[in-house]
Parts: sequence; structure tokens; C-alpha cells
Amino acid sequence: MKRRTLLATGAAAAAAAAFGLPARAQDKTKVGFIYVGPINDGGWTQHHHHSAMEMVEHFGDAVEFVYQESVPEGPDAERAITQMALGGADIIFTTSFGYMDPTINVASKFPNVKFEHATGYKTADNVSVYSARFYEGRAVQGTLAGHMTKTNTIGYIASVPIPEVVRGINSAYLHAKKVNPDVEFKIIWIFEWLNPAKEADAAKALIEQGCDVILQHTDSTAPHAAAKEAGNVYTFGQAADMAEYAPMPRISSIIDEWAPYYIDRVQAVMDGTWTTTNTWDGIGAGMVGIGEISDVVPAEVKAEAEALRDAIAAGEYHPFTGPINKQDGTPWLAEGEVADDGTLAGMNFYIEGVSGDIPS
Amino acid sequence: MDINPILLLAAIMVASTPILLAAIGELVVERAGVLNLGVEGMMITGAVCGFIVAHSTGSATVGFIGAAVGGALVSTLFAVMVIFLMTNQVATGLALTLFGVGLAALMGQSYVAEGQIIVPKAPIPGLSEIPVLGPILFRHDLVVYLSVALVVLVWLFLTRSRAGLILRAIGENAEAAHALGHPVRLVRFLAVMFGGACAGLGGAYVSLVRVPQWIDNITAGAGWIALAIVVFASWRPGRLIIGAYLFGGVTALQLNIQATGLAIPVEYLSMSPYIATIIVLVALSAGRAPGSLGKPFHASS
Repeated sequence: MKRRTLLATGAAAAAAAAFGLPARAQDKTKVGFIYVGPINDGGWTQHHHHSAMEMVEHFGDAVEFVYQESVPEGPDAERAITQMALGGADIIFTTSFGYMDPTINVASKFPNVKFEHATGYKTADNVSVYSARFYEGRAVQGTLAGHMTKTNTIGYIASVPIPEVVRGINSAYLHAKKVNPDVEFKIIWIFEWLNPAKEADAAKALIEQGCDVILQHTDSTAPHAAAKEAGNVYTFGQAADMAEYAPMPRISSIIDEWAPYYIDRVQAVMDGTWTTTNTWDGIGAGMVGIGEISDVVPAEVKAEAEALRDAIAAGEYHPFTGPINKQDGTPWLAEGEVADDGTLAGMNFYIEGVSGDIPS
Repeated sequence: MDINPILLLAAIMVASTPILLAAIGELVVERAGVLNLGVEGMMITGAVCGFIVAHSTGSATVGFIGAAVGGALVSTLFAVMVIFLMTNQVATGLALTLFGVGLAALMGQSYVAEGQIIVPKAPIPGLSEIPVLGPILFRHDLVVYLSVALVVLVWLFLTRSRAGLILRAIGENAEAAHALGHPVRLVRFLAVMFGGACAGLGGAYVSLVRVPQWIDNITAGAGWIALAIVVFASWRPGRLIIGAYLFGGVTALQLNIQATGLAIPVEYLSMSPYIATIIVLVALSAGRAPGSLGKPFHASS
């Protein structure tokens, strides 16, 4: 009991020190990051870390940077975030969907610390959310995939059944179908963001079943290695460029560009202008990057994909433009109608033509 | 397009090999009366050692040897602690897993995203030409054959050799075996090292064949599955091979079923490998644990 009292006193003292001396925060802003994977996973976490490092370079000595990697989603995340807040962080970025509730819980205990949660939808006075419109990049991938497949069978390694992943599947399918009406999607859910062995097994299963293009919403490069071994299979980099597998099998990629956002938000904390925001940017704002389309892709296909990318960036074209029906055939978007952000944010249905059910 | 059973069965052998290797090693360790929960740590150490060695030498064979040596080396840490310093086996094993995962991440830092080493397939002449059975059983790399051969050898060793009898006696009742003059600590030490080498091989199979590249935490829990299979197989090599292939088999099968779009909810498919393995092995199991399993031994007691 004594030790607990001591810990509580310590925590209170630390909190008092952090809140009682706002002047301290001004000479050096302490920025914390919580990562779901190791910083060298080759995908999601690596790119968050990379962007964070760019932010640190930008500010130089004005910021103090701390991070914790491989923090499991769930109760342990709450402990890690709390520890970081107690450590005197001024702003904490929690970079995975599963940190949503832990972030909200910890934020309520530290009203003077700013929190930024990636890919979630719950905000508070000191909690902002930010995400990227990856489905815009998926539209470009779908276009490429529809053109490149010879077997008309495209494999999709899906991770965790949340709206972001469902949006990606729908967007990719819609645009593959547009350029190749015979195309069929085979989807495998692995229920994890990063599990190289499972991703490799899933890629192999898809290849054995005739898929010659594989899209992935998982973070490792294992599917690329499997595709390379198989030979005539195309893949796309996820979160990071994964250029080490270019020009074959990787023919393009979706790259997460978080650095400008991180610089912006840390600057806001320094200036005292930080407010709760809900940021959802795409190709146009530079948050979603399309990796170099390799020369394996025929020139006219490459041009078409780049035109689509530019149209989306310019705001001339929305990837979810009607007419689109839901999987069961009921109408969703009428001719020319564009999906609203609310529906997209909570998307829990497949569009017409995608087979199978979304795990609940 | 439907599932091609020949390709599927061949994929099952590849998916099962890491677990099979780690499990057969742990089986010998536990039959000697030592409970080593550090399989995951030894596997991942083997995975990184194998990858580094294969990369520096350009030879997959040397890589696998390096993995076995690496696995055996970390296991000696465990062996010294539990056999000579008589630490708690459960706690030491868990510590070995935590240590191994961290050590591997440290060692592998500069090897992330390095290209792969091709492990050559070694079709067995003649046998690989048999229709159906040939492509399923006889067109793999050498490690797959080695893993099956190892299970048979362990079975022969345990049931048909004097040394195997001594090892089992030490596992059943270390004091009695000691009284008969058998070197309890030496045998246990060697058993732990054998387990480490096997786990290392299994880990290297993940990083050199199955994935194949180095990424942190690449074994992702395979060591724990191997541990569970040893227990559910009631410490018998024959059941162990059934368990490992069943687990690997249902894992590969469920991915294939998902891809064909059969109307089975994905949640059930995902849990199916665990459920199938547990049900079958529980139905088979009638055995019991070695008598001295997990108990520290000191000649004075």
C-alpha cells in the first residue's frame, strides 16, 4: 500500500510540475509518438517514424522527441500513453486505430497535454484526429490492377475489418472493374496489421488460386517476396514505397506523407494556437503519395493512372462517384452523386460485385 | 477457381515445417524433465542468425547451420541457469523469450529489407515423378525432409536406444536416475541444446524460406504454438507430427477457403486451426507428462 501511495504522490508531483510551469514547455516542446509496430517494419510504423524524424529535423533543438515502438493495441497502450504524458510530453501522437479509446481515456486525465490520434474518429477538447484518404490511392491502384491482370483475378490481403480497410477494397474494386469488367476480387482477412508469416501464406494462397495482382493492406513486404518468387505477379507498396521490390513485382505504391502535418501541429503547440481538428487529407494536400509507377506497366496504362491521380488531386474527380450500388443491389449513390464524408468514415458495406462478407 | 489440392498439400508441408522443427526439439527437452518456455525466443534468434549468416556467406545451407548454432547458444544460457543455478524454469523460460526477441531485433537492425537468399528445392530423383504424391511430398527443399527425418530419428532414439531410455528415466524420476549413476545434469544440458538448435532451425525456415526476409518479430508466436503442440501430443513424436501438420494444414486451408469466397464467416475460419488442433489432439491424448517435468534437480535432495 505504501508503494502505491508513493507512486501516486510521484505521479501527482510530476503532473504538477508539468502543469504548474508552463514556461518550461516553451523552451523545448516535448513531442511523443506511440507506434504499433517496430520502427523498421518497412511499412506503416516506419513511415510514421520517418515523418516524425523529418519534423524533428525541421525544428532542430526546439523539440525533444520521444517514442515507444511495438505498443500493443488495447489496455497496454493506455499505460504507455500515460507514461509518456507523465514524462512531460506536450503533444502525443498515437498512430494506430486501436489506440482510439486509450487515447481518449488518457486525454481526460491530462487536460493540458495535446493528443493526436491517427485514423480514429473520437475527438475531445485536447484530442484531434487525423487520417489520410488512402482510398484515393486505392483508386489509382485499382486502375493499374485492372489493366495488368491477365487472369482477371486480383487478390487483396485485408488486415483488420474497420471502415478504412473496407473503403480501400471498395475503391480498388470499383476502379479495377471500370477498366476491366471481367475482374474478380479474392479477399483474405488476416486480422493483424503486421504478421509477415501470415501475410506470406495469404499471398501464396492467392497466387495458387490464380491471382496475378495482389493488393495489400498489411504492413510488411512479405507478400512482395512471395510474388517475386512466383514470377508473373504484380504487387503494390503499402504505407512505404517498398521500392526495393521495384520494378517487379512492385509496380506502384501508396505512401503515407505525415511530415507536413506533424510539423504543422507541433508548430501550433509552440504558438499556443492548437485547437481540436479533424483532418482528412488526400492526394491533393500531399498526405497520400503515389509511388513511382514502374516501367513494367505499359506507357498508356501509366498515363491513364497518372491522369486519374491528377484529377483526384485537383478535386475534379471523387473516387466514389455514382451510380454505385451496395453489395445487395440496393442503390447507394445516384448518377453523378458523390459520397459524403460521414458515410465514408463509417463505411461498413461492400459495393456491388465484391463477394463475401465483411467480418464483424 | 477452386482450390488445387496438390498445391495446397504442398503448401501445408511448408507452413508446418517451422512449428514441427521447434516442437520436436522441445519434445526431447521436456522428456528429459526440463520445461523450456523460451521456444519463441530461441526460434527468433535462429531466424535472425540464419538470415545474417546466409547473407554474409551467400549460402542457405551455412545459414541453417548458423541458425542451429545460434539457437543452441541462447539455449545454453537457459540451461546454465536452470540446471546449475536451479532457477525457476517457467520464469527463466519466459525471460529467454523476452531476451531472444529483443536480441534478434538488435542483431537484425541492419538486415531489415535486405534481399532474399534462394533456398534451392531438392526434388528426390524418381520419387518426385510419382503422380500426385510426387509434387506433394518429394519436391521440397532439404529442410522439409530433414524435419520429417528428425521426428523419426527422435522416435527411434527415445524408444529404441539405451541413451533414449536414460533420457526418459531422467525425465520421469531424476533422483532415481541419479541414484543409478546416470549424469542427470549432462543429459539435460544436451537435451536443452538440442531443443535450442531445432528451434533455431525452425526460426530460420521462417526467415529464409517461408517469408523470406528479416523483419522484427517475424516468428509472431510460432514458438508458443510449438509448445502447445508438444503438450497436446502428450509428448509423443507420432502425435506431434500429426498435430503440427494439422495446425499448418488448417492454417493454409482457411486462407484458401477465404480466397474462394465460400460462405463461412471469416471469424470461424480464423480460429479453425486452433480448434481443430486442440480437438484432435485432446481426442488422441491419453498420455501424461514426464514425472520430473519442470522440477529442479540437485544431487543432494
